[in-house]
Amino acid sequence: MLKEKDKIFKNLYGFEDWKLEGAKKRGIWSNTKELIKMGSEKIVEEIKNSQLRGRGGAGFPAGLKWSFMPKDSGKDHYLVVNADESEPGTCKDREIMRNDPHLLLEGCLVAAFAMHAHTCYIYIRGEYYSESSNLQKAIDEAYANNLIGKNACGTGWDLDIYLHRGAGAYICGEETALLESLEGKKGQPRLKPPFPAGAGLYGCPTTVTNVETVAVSPTILRRGSKWFADLGSANNTGTKIFSISGHVNNPCNVEEEMGIPLKELIEKHAGGVIGGWENLLAVIPGGASVPLLPKSICDTVKMDFDSLKEVQSGLGTAAVIVMNKSTDIVEAIARLSHFYKHESCGQCTPCREGTGWMYRMMEKMVHGNVEHQDIDKILDVTKQIEGHTICALGDAAAWPIQGLFRHFRPEIEKRIQERNRRVA
Amino acid sequence: MHHPGTNNKVYKKINDNFEWSSENFKKISEIIKKYPSNRIQSAVIPLLDLAQRQNNGWLSKNSMEKVAETLSMSYIRVLEVATFYSMFNLEPIGKNFVQICRTTPCWLRGSDKLSKVAQEVCETNIGETSNDEIFTVVEVECLGACCNAPMVQINDDYYEDLDEESFKKILQDLKDNKSIKVGSQIGRKSSQPERKFDA
Repeated sequence: MLKEKDKIFKNLYGFEDWKLEGAKKRGIWSNTKELIKMGSEKIVEEIKNSQLRGRGGAGFPAGLKWSFMPKDSGKDHYLVVNADESEPGTCKDREIMRNDPHLLLEGCLVAAFAMHAHTCYIYIRGEYYSESSNLQKAIDEAYANNLIGKNACGTGWDLDIYLHRGAGAYICGEETALLESLEGKKGQPRLKPPFPAGAGLYGCPTTVTNVETVAVSPTILRRGSKWFADLGSANNTGTKIFSISGHVNNPCNVEEEMGIPLKELIEKHAGGVIGGWENLLAVIPGGASVPLLPKSICDTVKMDFDSLKEVQSGLGTAAVIVMNKSTDIVEAIARLSHFYKHESCGQCTPCREGTGWMYRMMEKMVHGNVEHQDIDKILDVTKQIEGHTICALGDAAAWPIQGLFRHFRPEIEKRIQERNRRVA
Repeated sequence: MHHPGTNNKVYKKINDNFEWSSENFKKISEIIKKYPSNRIQSAVIPLLDLAQRQNNGWLSKNSMEKVAETLSMSYIRVLEVATFYSMFNLEPIGKNFVQICRTTPCWLRGSDKLSKVAQEVCETNIGETSNDEIFTVVEVECLGACCNAPMVQINDDYYEDLDEESFKKILQDLKDNKSIKVGSQIGRKSSQPERKFDA
C-alpha cells in the first residue's frame, strides 16, 4: 500500500484549501525556479528516467513524447493539456482540477518550458463547469502572483495559460480531434502523420498530454526520477489515481502504487464488492474501452500496463468498473455500445456504420433475440472495425464486445436457447 | 432517443432577433484574446456557449448567424460546430435542463430508477419538455463523475450520489422554486472513500 509520504495528490478530496495559499502549504510552487534551472534537456531526461507513462489511456512513455518536440522550428510551440475527461468510469482529472488546480498549473510551466512552448491551452470538457471555474480562478491567482505570465516564477520564461471549454464530445479526447476542436472546427481526428509534434495546433509543433501526466511531473523533478521509478515495477512505475465505480461499497478515487493487486485495491479502498468478493462477476479495469475481466482473472491480476495487457485487457485510464452477480453483463456492454454509437464522429465508415450496427445487435443479444451464428458474425464485424479507422474509437468500440464474448459467450448462448424454447 | 443537443435541424421561430448583450460583448473581446489574432475562429465554441446562455439555453438561427458575423466565419461553419457538439441545443428547452447519465457506471448504480422518477415528477417523457416549461429531461452519455454515481446534471451543476428519494426531492424543490444543494447528496466530500451504502 502506498505510504502517505509518497502521495503526489495531497488534496485529492478537497479537504484542504485548493487556492494558492493552500497549494503553497502543500509545497506547490515552492522551488519551481530551481526546477526550471535544470534546463529543458535535463527535465526531459528526468521524466524519461522516471519511466512515467502517459496517464490518459494509451500509456505512451511521457519523456519520449516530450522529446519529440523540435528544438528550434522557428514556429510557436504549444502545450495542450487534455482535460476532456470522458472515458466512462474515469473521473480522476476532475478531482485534480477542482481540488488541486495549482498542481496542474505548476506542471504546465515545467512541461511547457521543457518543450519550448510559450503558450499552453487546457482543453476541459464543457460539462465540468465548476471545475473550470476553480481552474480559471487558480490561473488568475497564478498570473497575479507572477507564477505564470511574463518571466514566470522569475525564470525568464514567458508562459501564457488559457482555459478552453469544450462542448460535449467524447471524441475530442483524441489528441488530433482535440486540436481540430481547439481550432474551432468539428472534432474529427486527423490522419497521422504528420504527428502533432511536427504539425499540431495551427500547424505548429504541439504536444497534447493528459492532466495527470502533467500534474505529477513537478513532483518527479523535485523528488527525483529514482524515487518515482522505485514505486511500482520496471516500465510500470510510480503512483496512479484509480477511479473505482460500480458495485462496490465505497466508490472512490484513490492514489495508489502502480501494480497494486486488483483485489487489494477494491477491498482496501472501495470497501469491497457489494455482497462480498465471491459475489463478483466481472471488472472492466481501465475505462469503457478495455475488455472486461471475469472473476477468475480478477482474483490475482495486478493493476499495471503490462500485467493487464498479458490478460488481453489494458490499464487504460485506470477506471475500475466493478460488476457483481446482480449485473446483466450483456446489457452492461450493450450500454457501452450505445455510448460509442453516440460518440462516433462519423468520419470513417467502419466506425460510423459499425458502432450503430453493433449496438443494435447487442440490444438483440440482451434478449437472446439472435441466432447462434450471429455471435461469430458480430465478432467478425468487430475485427473489421478494429484497426481500420483513423483514430482508436473504432478499436475502443470493438474491444468491450470482444471481451464479453471471450469470457461470457456461454451466457449469450444460454439466452438464445431460452428464447428459442419460448418461441417453439 | 431525442435530445435537443443532438438534433440537426435548426428550429424555426419568427421574430427572433439576437444582439449581444453589452456584458457579453465585453466578454467576447476577452475570449478572443486567448487565441492568435489570425485564428479567432478558435473562439467559436466559447461564443456559441455565450450565445446559448444569453438565449435561454438554446441556439436560434439568428444567434448562430451573430456568432458567425462576430468571428468573420461563414454561417455553415458555425452550424457545423453547433450540430456536432451535444451541449449546443438547437431547440428551446425548459427552465431546468435535467440530464440523467445513463452510461454503464451510473446504470450499475440505478440510473434507470432516476429516469422514472424524473418522468413522474417533471410530468414529461425522456427527451421532452414539460407543459409548464419548467423541465426538459434527457438521458445523456457519461458525464465523468462515475465515483459519485448515479448522478444528474441540472443546468450547470452536478448532483451526485443520488437515489430515488433524494432525486425526487431535488426535482420537487426546483418545481417549488426552493434552493437546492449542489454536489453529493449524502454529504461526502468529492469522491472520498467513506460512504454509507446499503443494498
